[in-house]
Amino acid sequence: MSQTDSKPAATPRWGMIIDLNACTGCSACAVACRAENNIAIAGAKEAAYNGTLQWMRIERTWTGSGRNFRVENRPVNCQQCDAAPCEPVCPVLATYTNAEGISVQVYNRCVGTRYCGLNCPYQGRFFNWFDYAWPSPMEVQLNPDVSRRTRGIMEKCSFCIQRILAAERQAELEKRALRERDIQPACAQSCPAEALRFGDLNNPGGAVGAAWDSSGLEVLLPEVGTRPKVRYARRVTPPDSRLAAAPTPTAEVEA
Amino acid sequence: MSTVTVAVNEPPQAAAQTLMRPMLFTGKAYRRMSLLLLAVIGWGLFCFLYQAIVGLGVTGLRRPVFWGFFVTDFVFWIGISHAGTLISAILRLTNATWRYAVTRAAEAITVFALMIGGIFPIIHLGRPWLFFWLAPYPNERLIWPNFRSPLEWDFFAISTYITASSIYLFLPLLPDLALARDRTRGWRQRLYRFLAMSWRGTQQQWHRLELAIQLMAAVVIGIAVSVHTIVSWDFAMAVVPSWHSTIFGPYFVAGAIFSGIAALIIIMAILRRVYHLEAYLQPKHFSNLGKLLLTMTLLWGYFVVAEMITTWYGNLPDEMGTFWSKISGHFAPLFWAMVLCNFVIPFPLLAIKRLRTISGTVIASITITLGMWLERFLIVVPGAANQRLSFNSWFGYYPHWTEISLSLATLAAMALLYMIFSKIFPIISIWELGGGKHAAAAESGGQS
Repeated sequence: MSQTDSKPAATPRWGMIIDLNACTGCSACAVACRAENNIAIAGAKEAAYNGTLQWMRIERTWTGSGRNFRVENRPVNCQQCDAAPCEPVCPVLATYTNAEGISVQVYNRCVGTRYCGLNCPYQGRFFNWFDYAWPSPMEVQLNPDVSRRTRGIMEKCSFCIQRILAAERQAELEKRALRERDIQPACAQSCPAEALRFGDLNNPGGAVGAAWDSSGLEVLLPEVGTRPKVRYARRVTPPDSRLAAAPTPTAEVEA
Repeated sequence: MSTVTVAVNEPPQAAAQTLMRPMLFTGKAYRRMSLLLLAVIGWGLFCFLYQAIVGLGVTGLRRPVFWGFFVTDFVFWIGISHAGTLISAILRLTNATWRYAVTRAAEAITVFALMIGGIFPIIHLGRPWLFFWLAPYPNERLIWPNFRSPLEWDFFAISTYITASSIYLFLPLLPDLALARDRTRGWRQRLYRFLAMSWRGTQQQWHRLELAIQLMAAVVIGIAVSVHTIVSWDFAMAVVPSWHSTIFGPYFVAGAIFSGIAALIIIMAILRRVYHLEAYLQPKHFSNLGKLLLTMTLLWGYFVVAEMITTWYGNLPDEMGTFWSKISGHFAPLFWAMVLCNFVIPFPLLAIKRLRTISGTVIASITITLGMWLERFLIVVPGAANQRLSFNSWFGYYPHWTEISLSLATLAAMALLYMIFSKIFPIISIWELGGGKHAAAAESGGQS
């Protein structure tokens, strides 16, 4: 029995580790997420006006200059906080943390006050400003397991809850325990660098559960006290003696 | 309240005639104005339907500026509503006799401003047709609203306030309604007879009325303070850096009274001119309200300095983005316009006795109303635009035509409601002005 095959505890608690050392910023996760979750494409005009919906996005930051120039690509989705600031502010209880630790959005209940969107320090929530169209033939790629959202409601990353539910149903049908390896959100599945790992935090033998408390992990905006269930493996840049010795950057490139 | 202060040289009989004239005769200008306002309101209704059918994308709002003009208007109108009741209640409890001419006008502002302010949270919803989900009504799915949400607190705060201020408007109306009942005939008489609730002006009725008014005055002050505090908590309870501030409760209440007095002065000046009430709304009233306004100007200035200087000195990176965007960045023109409108222009106009005339106080009130709207905007939008993760900052918010139209349409609705009110009810309290209960009781054929 390999590590990933070990049996999760009775009620799973889903979490994700994103390895910033492995991420190349290719955006495959963002594309896969869009396809899996029927996320609308708002169009170029809307994109220029901040009107896009992206449950998973790459935040790219540049630091330093010259030899110390660094690019960091940080995939950011809903951080699935244990103490989610977005939840208590909803006047109609359209968002809550479910038994498996996922902060879910109840589309049917949402009336669109957008308070949750403001109170998310990660800006991980997106509003349907319009009824978006899927011009033919794009409608054939819609995922039948995910509802299309109408105008006027909020949406966000659900850790691909439809996949989790499907795996749980399958396990029930086959009268066996849920296998962690059966569940992969679209972003983690599509990452060529395997920078995104998804798993059960209640399973100390699992891929994510085992690494969850290691010191190399950080959370985004720890000062807000949201206790996210997405953690980042901190970017580590080893000292490069070759670079230090090189007289100029050009010489280094030639070498 | 037995002090008889007749503000005019007319006998009560004549005063009643002058003050009831707008209720009995309607001029051409009134009809034209009503039609114009109705047209603006109709355009607003069209915009609202258009926005509901196409989606909120027709506004300029986008992530992360999820709140803009509509929330600004909401806070602004709830602020204006403090004109009324709070000022009238304070003047009543302190027994300021010059209040007689202004209380009714102020109390009416409160009720209508609350109606206008109260519809903005609905206009602003993504799915406005489901607004009733915020109400705790019995339903088959046994779902309650979320009592932990500040928006839910708003729902209760505003519904409490509108109930209390309606009662507070209605109680002092009773003797005047009886007066109107006795001086009209036809459908008007039937209407006033119904509204006057068998008021005959007996000693016992006067006693109960005075007790009820005093009680409501005390109650309504507490409610008014709590309402704007709760409105401020929509922001203060959030984790958005520049919103999360303990000062917001008192800051918003002070701002609300500030803009409320300004709105009252503007409306009094209009009433005075349109209904020829020069004898009743005298320079003295404007000067006295001007003094109150001066106090609030200073208080407002104090709050702004207290809020800004602590942010600046603390120099917390999360809050400095918003701070600099107001002081010297994207929102600087609006910020300095606000300082100009709320302090630099009104302060000398109100502080120098020679300038505290009717036109002086009206100019100050107009700039203050504009300035207070800007203040609400500058609390809502720069904070929302400046998020903790710097890559989410976005200053691209500009209001689109639906937002501007709806803001103007609600202003028109306020004006129209007020005009209709002034046609049906005496806009100045006749019985109070005409020498308190005894004169008025004699007027209405009472037994005192």
